[in-house]
Amino acid sequence: MTERITKSMAKNIYYGGGMFALLIFIALSFDTVHQIPKRSNQDNMTESVVAGKKIWEKNDCVGCHTIVGEGAYYAPELMNVFNRRGASDEETFKGYMQGWMAAQPLDIPNRRKMPQFHLTPKEVNNLADFLIWTSKIDANEWPPTIEG
Amino acid sequence: MKYSSQAVAKPYFIFALILLAGELLFGLLMGIQYIYGDFLFPLIPFNVLRMVHTNLLIVLLLFGFMGATYYLVPEETESELWSPKLAIITFWVFAAAGVATILGYLFVPYAALTELTFNNLLPTMGREFLEQPLPTKVGIVVVVLSYLLNVSMTILKGRRTVITTVLLTGLLGLALFFLFAFYVPDNLIADKFFWWFTVHLWVEATWELILGAILAFVLIKVTGVDREHIDKWLYLIIAMTMVSGILGTGHHFFYMGAPEYWLWIGSLSSAVEPLPFFLMILFAYTMTRDRKIQHDNEMALTWAKGTAVIAFLGAGVWGFMHTLAPVNMYTHGTQLTAAHGHLSFYGAYVMIVFTIISYAMPILRGRPHGNCKAAQKRELTAFWMMNIGMVGLTLALTAAGIVQILDQRVGTDLIGFMDSQASINGIYMVRAGFGALVFLGLMTYFTSFFVKERA
Repeated sequence: MTERITKSMAKNIYYGGGMFALLIFIALSFDTVHQIPKRSNQDNMTESVVAGKKIWEKNDCVGCHTIVGEGAYYAPELMNVFNRRGASDEETFKGYMQGWMAAQPLDIPNRRKMPQFHLTPKEVNNLADFLIWTSKIDANEWPPTIEG
Repeated sequence: MKYSSQAVAKPYFIFALILLAGELLFGLLMGIQYIYGDFLFPLIPFNVLRMVHTNLLIVLLLFGFMGATYYLVPEETESELWSPKLAIITFWVFAAAGVATILGYLFVPYAALTELTFNNLLPTMGREFLEQPLPTKVGIVVVVLSYLLNVSMTILKGRRTVITTVLLTGLLGLALFFLFAFYVPDNLIADKFFWWFTVHLWVEATWELILGAILAFVLIKVTGVDREHIDKWLYLIIAMTMVSGILGTGHHFFYMGAPEYWLWIGSLSSAVEPLPFFLMILFAYTMTRDRKIQHDNEMALTWAKGTAVIAFLGAGVWGFMHTLAPVNMYTHGTQLTAAHGHLSFYGAYVMIVFTIISYAMPILRGRPHGNCKAAQKRELTAFWMMNIGMVGLTLALTAAGIVQILDQRVGTDLIGFMDSQASINGIYMVRAGFGALVFLGLMTYFTSFFVKERA
């Protein structure tokens, strides 16, 4: 098959095809950036949610967990932990988070361990707000089940 | 060696191999911590092991690409490197920054590291693969810019070839897309969206150009096939890469908060992504069949063919396995992603670095006909140990991913993440075993450097 293709044809497919793909990609990216605020309920992104994201990053939580399916695969998915552990109720979830973060690392031999991060109750509250906000993102029906 | 400035490639190659040993070692430690959660805890928590593992991979590949560039650009342009001194300074700056960063990960708790390194000025840390402190990220930009300057100046004053043009395009893309590492919106979804501009457009677009250029260079050298012919194949491969890879970014936007149209665009484009890798196999084997010379360095050609085959398996086949949106609904965020990641990074990028090292290092060490037969035989043993190890651990991770999906996502009797992981423990032992084989393979490879040449 390659005998019929000349070098200049191949070159033109590279430049033409590459440019074409890049232009479509850029156009769709603009549209996506435009749609993200609505799909992620940016209006509900309070100062506490933003502070929670900073705490999430500062402690490299994504080094063990996944969030919206991305990250490491050592520890549970946290996009829907609000529904799973908090029964979709803010008070329940926040109470659970305070207890859970304070109890780390759990004293169960050879269970995977989460370090103690020494977060203040306010910081845990920020983190909980961040996870609650994340649970409401429109991710095209993902995750498929509550187990994540 | 035709040009004396090519010698600057040598420290880059050696350092890349040392970093690879570190990367594999930390991979093994993670493999053990997966099975025994108390292993190394709290001394080195999992996220730290993983950061060291993945960051070493990225840095070793950059060192490998730089070494490859400094070796091949003088030969392609038929001129000495613009500034060998700058290349050596860049080497030491990058090596020092890399080592300091890894030591920082290991000895300073991550939260304290963010404070020590002024992360509050411009928060960029704590994101997968881009965990580097701000000074390191700035350092990478400086190093890459001085490297680009050196390469561009050399290319401008010398002969232009398709290989150098493609290589330079890849390097410019690498530099450009890294800049997105500095942009971290407060909105998690916008953050993730632009994060992929660095991560995906590196590994599934611009790096493939670099891969293609290095592969083409080695194939010209060891097969003696006419350059016109090689150029045509190179264009064809990278054309397919660009057409599929750029819009293929969409396969990361299925289930992370981006609009629905990516389900279609991502699925269709990335269904084509195996094609450039398949062409690479045809390329390597056709050039071997049509070769004009019988180079004594047989291992270089073996690595070149191996790169094409394993890259096709890892990036092509294992990528396609979970790239269609309805399948990805169930596989997203499972060990299947890890399986694909391991075999594709190894097959496409670690192996192309082995390919150029296998070709160039003997020449840099004054052996224009390659290493002696005994050394090549040792290298071939290492080649198979590492390949079998990597394919084995990929199969184990694939099995783990499938069990995980059946446990957590399909049917009615679902179990939670931790219970599911406990049920996979046996498979993780198999994975660690194959990981150990890869590590032993690398050690065997290292010994091939010390096999005595017969006078």
